[in-house]
Amino acid sequence: MSEGIILGIVVFTLATFLGFELIQRVPPTLHTPLMSGSNAISGITIVGALIVAGGDFGWISQYIGFGAVVLAMINVVGGYSVTDRMLQMFRKDPEAP
Amino acid sequence: MPAGLAPLIYLVSAALFIMGIKRLQSPDTARNGNMMSALGMLIAIVVTLLDQQIVSFPVIIAGMVVGGGLGFWMARSVKMTSMPQMVALLNGFGGGASLLVAGAEFLKVGMPNVVPLAAETNVTIQLGTFIGSITLTGSFIAFLKLQELMTGKPVTFPLQKTFNALVFLAIVTLGVYQVLVPGNQVEIYYAMVGLSLLLGVLLVIPIGGADMPVVIALLNSYSGLAAAMTGFVIDNQVLIVAGSLVGSSGLILTNIMCKAMNRSLANVLFAAFGADTPGGSGKSAEGLTVNEVSVEDAALRLAYARLVIVVPGYGLAVAQAQHVVRELADLIQKNGGEVKYAIHPVAGRMPGHMNVLLAESNVPYDQLVEMDDINPQFPRADVALVIGANDVVNPAAHNDPSSPIYGMPILDVENAQSTIVMKRSMNPGFAGIQNELFYHQKTSMLFGDAKASLSALVGEIKSL
Repeated sequence: MSEGIILGIVVFTLATFLGFELIQRVPPTLHTPLMSGSNAISGITIVGALIVAGGDFGWISQYIGFGAVVLAMINVVGGYSVTDRMLQMFRKDPEAP
Repeated sequence: MPAGLAPLIYLVSAALFIMGIKRLQSPDTARNGNMMSALGMLIAIVVTLLDQQIVSFPVIIAGMVVGGGLGFWMARSVKMTSMPQMVALLNGFGGGASLLVAGAEFLKVGMPNVVPLAAETNVTIQLGTFIGSITLTGSFIAFLKLQELMTGKPVTFPLQKTFNALVFLAIVTLGVYQVLVPGNQVEIYYAMVGLSLLLGVLLVIPIGGADMPVVIALLNSYSGLAAAMTGFVIDNQVLIVAGSLVGSSGLILTNIMCKAMNRSLANVLFAAFGADTPGGSGKSAEGLTVNEVSVEDAALRLAYARLVIVVPGYGLAVAQAQHVVRELADLIQKNGGEVKYAIHPVAGRMPGHMNVLLAESNVPYDQLVEMDDINPQFPRADVALVIGANDVVNPAAHNDPSSPIYGMPILDVENAQSTIVMKRSMNPGFAGIQNELFYHQKTSMLFGDAKASLSALVGEIKSL
């Protein structure tokens, strides 16, 4: 196996452990924003989508690339903005301006 | 940009994602955390545009405008009650994007300046394609079920599991063949994609509407895995980090939901729970009587209670009654009483859904108390006000081994001094199980539409 793949597996494993530690501490009251927010993070596929769409691969860039950028952008923009919309509602004293 | 700098900047993005999630540990810092995470994403996008070999921008700009516009519109217009559908769709789009990226990497081989795939890259492409595909169609079915565009009942057919297993085997065979036999067989790849898309549908249709919280959490995890796989395909660490964070997040939530329903993940996924509606909890409701209470009496009891614990269920959200509940709580507090909300992990249609709905109605978040913290407080409560909740307060979970929900952790409403249950009728709940709490001597039933009843209670207490 190439070094790239090995390094990838190392990063994947460590990040998964880190994820477990981090997310276990998120209180149940924020689980819905956690899901939509983490959803936005999985929109990181946008990086791959941009590389495809911005490349010189004929129909693959034009059609598949376009589709990938659209889907990933929905994920990113939709995910972050809906999460923000929810989180701004969580207040200790909702009467305060 | 100097060569070699990009990976370091991607690392900044990854760090911002991690810090962002860390800030989700308190509602006070959560919003700020989400912004940090978004900043990380922005940085990743900008670096990609500057560093990678981007030769043409029109497609990118068009895609970003269309996708960004759609995403923004969805996020602004979605109702909080429809959040599960929204998250299901977003999961699906994430999976779809990963599928397309993996597909593009596979299909572009053979074009000028593209080197043949290394075997291990091919493996990651096959995996990314598979996970992306089932996430895409599985999420879409979950969306249709939640949006009630298709039946919420489990869809089953004879030899379903055998058929699914065969489809899965076929996918594995095609994937392995693709990797082992030199050269890219495009037809086989398309067949693999088709079967994977089909499997996503097949896996979700037998799961009942009541189990959708688990399914969404699991698909959330898949969408993360799909992103991580894409990271392997294009050899980019930030995708692997972000994807595995999301993957573990989804898994934890899946696990929490399963525990809250006292079911194993395998049971949720394969048992078609609720397909054959159980008539009762073993005990028949025949011959039992319920105590009905008038709005006037209920109002009196609430007005003079020292502690009222509100137990909201999804019926509350369906009736759009969250705001009236808040009004009622305000009145009780004005009379010197204390109000808390007991939130069962599966109170809504996704993890934490009920909290969002109540927060939208301006309920302060410190009044939202999770199950383990509120249960010891029920004996102290003068009134437990159950609104549109059913299975999560069913004592059969404690004392009826024949009940399908036996062993499920519930809110111990039966320990309260008295209970008022607001319900439209005596029909059993989402899971179709009878509830003996309704026949308890300490329980009074207030029949009618939750919103109308609550408004009547508010009016009555005001006039006291």
